[in-house]
Amino acid sequence: MRSVIDIVDLSVEELRELMQTACDIIEHPERYREVCRHKKLATLFFEPSTRTRLSFEAAMYELGGNVISVSSAGASSAAKGESVADTAKTVSCYADIIAMRHPKEGAALVASRAATIPVINAGDGGHNHPTQTLADLLTIYREKGRMDHLTIGLCGDLKFGRTVHSLINAMSRYEDIRFVLISPEELKLPSYVKKDLLGRRRIPYWQTTALEEFMPELDILYMTRVQRERFFNEEDYLRLKDSYILTPQKLKTAKEDLAIMHPLPRVNEISIAIDDDPRACYFKQVANGKYMRMALILKLLKEAGTL
Amino acid sequence: MKIDAIQNGIVIDHITAGRGMRLYELLHLDDLDCSVAIIKNVSSKKMGRKDIIKIDSSAHINMDVIGFVDPQATVNIIRDGELRRKRCIEMPQELTDVIRCMNPRCITTTEQELPHVFRLTDPENKIYRCIYCETKAERKY
Repeated sequence: MRSVIDIVDLSVEELRELMQTACDIIEHPERYREVCRHKKLATLFFEPSTRTRLSFEAAMYELGGNVISVSSAGASSAAKGESVADTAKTVSCYADIIAMRHPKEGAALVASRAATIPVINAGDGGHNHPTQTLADLLTIYREKGRMDHLTIGLCGDLKFGRTVHSLINAMSRYEDIRFVLISPEELKLPSYVKKDLLGRRRIPYWQTTALEEFMPELDILYMTRVQRERFFNEEDYLRLKDSYILTPQKLKTAKEDLAIMHPLPRVNEISIAIDDDPRACYFKQVANGKYMRMALILKLLKEAGTL
Repeated sequence: MKIDAIQNGIVIDHITAGRGMRLYELLHLDDLDCSVAIIKNVSSKKMGRKDIIKIDSSAHINMDVIGFVDPQATVNIIRDGELRRKRCIEMPQELTDVIRCMNPRCITTTEQELPHVFRLTDPENKIYRCIYCETKAERKY
């Protein structure tokens, strides 16, 4: 049974198809309003999430399907000690497809191996979150009109940010992609990511601690949150936190067609003054996430022979 | 130092010096009730020094363990005092329940009955990663 646990489970060709479907949904939503009639999505969220769960649920409703839900681990049989595999087998009897978020890394893989219906990983701890990357990819495609020949700035927490690692993994499969890694020393991209994802594929990249340094070269600026809890001491946090806040001032040298992205939620790393800038794409990214989840649900249900 | 030749059994030869004990542990040779000899730091023309393990029975040996710990080792099957078969070892693509994932955030820490599976992700550098959380396998030597 085909599931999507990691963004690399989808080939470049499949990503292209998903983006095409998503664009078709955006253009002709009426064609998709009934396609999942009588089908059920089970959203199994064993840790708090508002946006991802709502996005999956909205996606299924817009396809004409229904949603059954476990909203927290405390409200499910997992609290009684049921294994992820047993939960997946049980839910397979009720639903046609599962979207699952779990605090433990690898939980979605375990579920997919046990389930008899497709499983979509909606986040497994700090590990993978492929549908966020799908949202990012569609945003890049819609904003830039291409997936290649791009200079992508990644800013903020590059050490622990799973969205950043997935995006690097996904984008480094396209031609002529360059990365600018903007972060404090403490939150630099881990060396194994640099080696495995960038070094082996010979993807050019530059590292800097200054947000403004490469601004004129960037086609995309992907902001992430610098979290207080990632620092060993408060002083370092206070020293660095404002360096990675995007303000209109810092955008002065940026390209006219720069796309500013953020996986959200934002705390203060993008000034709200930028929200009205036509280059701000982070709320479009949220909408794109829903369309890509719709496209993915359709693809997996079709492959499973359910549609 | 003299270790008797074995009549029927297995000799794991050309073990990188220092890895014999790790192989002994991971192959669970302490569970066998036959004679087992670990010979450390044996002079070797090819390797300088090497370890050797001799097992005085035809016990089942998990070749994947040897491939993981020391793929340059060789396994000699002895029958009636003679070398019957000599096997070169390859690194296994997957390793199941040989080592444990040490990442406290991995699903294997809470789901006790899950097999601990590692996959070879970088043959050049002999790197295995947990299939669930992608944590790199620790090598204790």
